[in-house]
Amino acid sequence: MYYSKNDYFCANFQEHNFFDKEIMKEVSKVVKNLVLFIAIVSSLQGFAFSEGQDEGAVKGSERVNEYIQHHIKDSHDFHLFSYTNSQGERKHVGFPLPVILWSSNGLVTFMSSEFHHDDNGEVIVERNGSKFVKLHSKIYELEEGATTVNFDEEHHATNAQKVLDFSITKSVFGILLVGLFMLLAFSSLARQYKNKSVPTGFGRVLEPLVIYVRDEIAKPNIGEKKYRQFTGYLLTVFFFIWILNLLGLTPFGFNVTGQVAVTAALAIFTLIIYTVSGNKDYWMHMLWMPGVPVLIRPVLAIIELAGAFLIKPFSLLVRLFANITAGHIVFMSLIAIMFVFKETLGTAGATGLSVFLSVLILIIEILVAFLQAYIFTMLSALFIGMAVAEHDHEHHHDVEGHEMPDEEDVRADFI
Amino acid sequence: METLLNDFSPGLFIVQTVLLIAIIALMVKFAWKPIINSLNERETGIQEALAAAERAKADMQNLQADNDRMLQEARAEREAMLKEAREIKEKMIADSKEQAKIEGDKMIKQAQATIESEKKAAVAELKSQVAELSVSIAEKVIKEELSGKDKQLKLVEKMLGDIKLN
Repeated sequence: MYYSKNDYFCANFQEHNFFDKEIMKEVSKVVKNLVLFIAIVSSLQGFAFSEGQDEGAVKGSERVNEYIQHHIKDSHDFHLFSYTNSQGERKHVGFPLPVILWSSNGLVTFMSSEFHHDDNGEVIVERNGSKFVKLHSKIYELEEGATTVNFDEEHHATNAQKVLDFSITKSVFGILLVGLFMLLAFSSLARQYKNKSVPTGFGRVLEPLVIYVRDEIAKPNIGEKKYRQFTGYLLTVFFFIWILNLLGLTPFGFNVTGQVAVTAALAIFTLIIYTVSGNKDYWMHMLWMPGVPVLIRPVLAIIELAGAFLIKPFSLLVRLFANITAGHIVFMSLIAIMFVFKETLGTAGATGLSVFLSVLILIIEILVAFLQAYIFTMLSALFIGMAVAEHDHEHHHDVEGHEMPDEEDVRADFI
Repeated sequence: METLLNDFSPGLFIVQTVLLIAIIALMVKFAWKPIINSLNERETGIQEALAAAERAKADMQNLQADNDRMLQEARAEREAMLKEAREIKEKMIADSKEQAKIEGDKMIKQAQATIESEKKAAVAELKSQVAELSVSIAEKVIKEELSGKDKQLKLVEKMLGDIKLN
């Protein structure tokens, strides 16, 4: 019964994976088309809008592109919105976040407001005898003696190095926010159980979600016996990703799950968990696959090792990162229709088209937010389940006495 | 790939790792463990309650059956007792009738016997009195008869004549 259920989940998972790929394909197609469109339109209209004004309002396709590129990157201050006042000055509304750096002269901290919203390496902040500049959302330390940043042809800095940046960036701020929210929401739910067996209020919304993760993700993939010890991780990761995905759709513009570093950390957690909890059977099947000719076994071992240590975590981290980033790019591009097509479609037409498409993609993105959290958790559970699965049943033998692959091993084919 | 690597921030990676460990640890301690424990407890509780309800239902049915059976038994017993009482009553009446009859018969017999004996005594008494009377009469008659010689002779002759006839 347990295996048949797993089979069902394999099919299920395959579908998701398929769906996942489909979305990715769609998204990349949309992005390509849009970029083409923007390129054509901008070539027709010329560069009138992007001329001169460096820090001006977002106009024209190049500035849109730049804005989107800037948005999907992490940032060192919490920027809400910008406007140009009557004197023609550009004003930014938001609040600075602390910058914490490990430079060649030790730990350095200052507020991000020191950079004065500069992102092109022009403002130099001097602390502890080191000079720092911010360039494309990254903080660089200038080499000894340098006073300005020199750039090569591809606009890479030639006389500055990246520093280890432990700043409370916007992403870290988002992580802290979500962590705090989760802790408050779920510990209040946990406290409710002390007095009553059925929670009330917000807990009534959270409880089915917890039960869903436990019954639909943890139990079927890991098994009734061992699911308990991994449920904590799976629940945390599921809600962490889901809430952050949803937070990314708000106008605050968080893009935490679209940061490679964040998804990499999540994927490596899963990797560590299934590697540490893997049982004898798991290692046996990975390093010395039973039931195949001895000569093939080392080759299989290489493939299996690569699968377990590279492909699985890489697929986890790229899937989440790419889906969320693509979603943000598409969503922002659709909003940008409002500015880019203003000339051809008229203000009302461009706005209407933009709002219509944005709302459609937003609905899809809300679905994707859940879907990606589900897929990440589900795959983590599946990988853990494969590592701890007990082969307590005899392998089936065919007529020649070779071992037939049992149902459980087949699951690996779907990943 | 190059932009991917360029975008990768080691600092953010380390911060995220540390924060994730903290969040997982805190969530497990303060949220997931109590929540999952309570949920599991509640689920087993519900299961047990359902089983208990099922058992109680079965018990109730048994009890009902027992009650019905006992009622039936009590009714039957009452019936039997009533029947017995009726029988006893009838038997007693019959017995007393018999007894009375026997007693009456006995008394009648006794009375008859007493009457018989009284009668016999009376008859005997009467007999003796009649005999005495007869003797005294006979004496007086004889005395009368045998008062002269003629008379005596006449009597003898007569008697003799009787004997001849015989």
